[in-house]
Amino acid sequence: MTALSLYDKLWNSHVVHTQDDGTSLIYIDRHLVHEVTSPQAFEGLRLAGRVPWRKASILAVPDHNVPTTDRDKEIADPVSRKQLQALDQNCDFFALQKFEMNDPRQGIVHVIGPEQGASLPGMTIVCGDSHTSTHGALAALSFGIGTSEVEHVLATQCLLLRKTKSMRVNVSGALPKGVYSKDIVLALIAKIGTAGGNGHTIEFCGETIEKLSIEARMTICNMSIEAGARAGVIGVDDKTIEYIAGRPFAPKDAMWDAAVKSWRQLVSDEGANFDSTVDLDASQLSPQVSWGTSPEMVVPVDGVVPDPDQEPNATKAEGMRNALTYMGLTPGQAVNQINIDKIFIGSCTNSRIEDLRVAAQVVKGKTLASNIKLAIIVPGSGLVKRQAEQEGLDQIFKAAGFEWRDPGCSMCLGMNADQLESGERCASTSNRNFEGRQGQGGRTHLVSPAMAAAAGIAGHFDDARKYFN
Amino acid sequence: MEAFTKLTSSLLPLDRPNVDTDAIIPKQYLKSVKKSGFGINLFDDWRYLDPGEPDQDNSQRRLDKDFILNNDQYKNAQILLARDNYGCGSSREHAVWAMLDYGFRAVISTSFADIFFSNCFKNGMLPIVLKKSEVDKLFEASLNDPDYSISIDLEKQQVVADGIGSCQFDIDEFLKHCMLNGLDEIGITLQYEDKIHAYEERLKQSSPWLFAHD
Ligand code: SF4
Repeated sequence: MTALSLYDKLWNSHVVHTQDDGTSLIYIDRHLVHEVTSPQAFEGLRLAGRVPWRKASILAVPDHNVPTTDRDKEIADPVSRKQLQALDQNCDFFALQKFEMNDPRQGIVHVIGPEQGASLPGMTIVCGDSHTSTHGALAALSFGIGTSEVEHVLATQCLLLRKTKSMRVNVSGALPKGVYSKDIVLALIAKIGTAGGNGHTIEFCGETIEKLSIEARMTICNMSIEAGARAGVIGVDDKTIEYIAGRPFAPKDAMWDAAVKSWRQLVSDEGANFDSTVDLDASQLSPQVSWGTSPEMVVPVDGVVPDPDQEPNATKAEGMRNALTYMGLTPGQAVNQINIDKIFIGSCTNSRIEDLRVAAQVVKGKTLASNIKLAIIVPGSGLVKRQAEQEGLDQIFKAAGFEWRDPGCSMCLGMNADQLESGERCASTSNRNFEGRQGQGGRTHLVSPAMAAAAGIAGHFDDARKYFN
Repeated sequence: MEAFTKLTSSLLPLDRPNVDTDAIIPKQYLKSVKKSGFGINLFDDWRYLDPGEPDQDNSQRRLDKDFILNNDQYKNAQILLARDNYGCGSSREHAVWAMLDYGFRAVISTSFADIFFSNCFKNGMLPIVLKKSEVDKLFEASLNDPDYSISIDLEKQQVVADGIGSCQFDIDEFLKHCMLNGLDEIGITLQYEDKIHAYEERLKQSSPWLFAHD
């Protein structure tokens, strides 16, 4: 028998039909829906007189537009309010399962899928959102789709797709204290570039990945899209099974046993073929900081802002110059001397309980530096928030001067009121540092939760490793 | 999606090259949660003299009487006649939605931008590429006479027009098939309905836990 990769197995088990040109009709097991990319899809469905093919596959939640304060009041922004109402109405109309804004289970769609056990190994999972790649940490084939495709999945439970190429990223070596999975994925993107994974599904493997928790693995799969990949996957192991056990949507009793038996197959076979392989040594990593306006513009915290004049590729050098101007940085500047205005700990990349625990560990007993104008902690879901409060983490943050907010996408993309002002510099645990992403003229530096917390205390970037000795 | 077989209608001649999708439907309207209702804002910047916002009462806005969309003699046209490179710019599907909502079913030009062209087929709007000489004649005729009407026959791939005769146009066989039968991509997938059901039955056997909440 030919050796199959995890991606091969996930793909093969979902093919409904293959056309002569190789395009395949792929069955979708789970469809996650949020308020921004779904309204036109629902309307299209209605206009065509269609109904959702399989209602139980759908789980809807508002996250992009929701305010992170004053949830008991009406949403101030009329456009956001309307998109939320549209999601509610569409779900009511078609009798779909949804968590409303004030439901304790509400949160960022990519946090709540795994948290609820709605994302399971072996599934195909889609959502009208590029960071759907997150769920691949549970050995699911998960990827983002556009609005027309959202409608297509609603109506047919399938998508017409072509198989991607496959890449294996092998991470070895012990991760130093104070260095996290966010640093691994930032270092990877710096190494292969934001187009490095184009047209690929990446499988992450190796001893370092095996040692990581499921939540830490999600951070890596989440950002595989920033490396250009369509999806990221990680094979099933004991941790995967443990993580899922007992979650609300997870199978129970005899079904559980059958499911676990089947999930155990979800690893790449020995000798499986990959189109390319990348090796990364985690033991050599420092905490990473993005300095520019693309997630590949990353340096270690003990490094300096790079010099475009040293870049042999003219186009690249030009891009670096533009980024430096936008970011207000000069070549050669030491990263740990860059002053920060705002701190954002949140987003589908780093807003789970382990992220908040690490940040709290750094912050505990200290206070924000005087130059920090605002520091917000936005838990990934209502349940993460509750858990953190039970552990007293909220008190640690508040005592240090952080604001403790309600869950949502928040300052990751600034669709709600949480935005950077022009020229403001932010240490952010999110995933995109594009121009204007967190607010027009805002300057985003992507870092791990430990680094964001340390920047809040120091007022500038500070080596998170110091806080863990 | 509505099938497209034949259409006889007058033309609305939009005599400008490189009309981009921002001009067809400006960005502030993309915040809408709908696929319909964009018709009133089609070519918004050209049509109205004052700026527009979503949800505004458009009847209160001043019209630019010189813009052809505001000429009542052309208001029943279901075919837009355009110049080179129509639909360039952003990929927004809203551009096609706005044209459909306004009442157009076909658009004729010498050339179209790629994404706009393919978005048309996803929504039942027929984009037809004719020769420059033919398009020129159609402009002349329709500018002189708002009632000047032509017939499109998709099956025969023909546009028949008084004083010009019949003009042939090319179209991809598969796209033609979809348009003639009103098959959007969803419609095409639904042709495999039985296979999808059969797949689901197999899945229920092999992975019953996936259906525990159905
Ligand atoms: S947290 Fe940011 S990246 Fe994640 S889904 Fe929300 S907006 Fe997208």
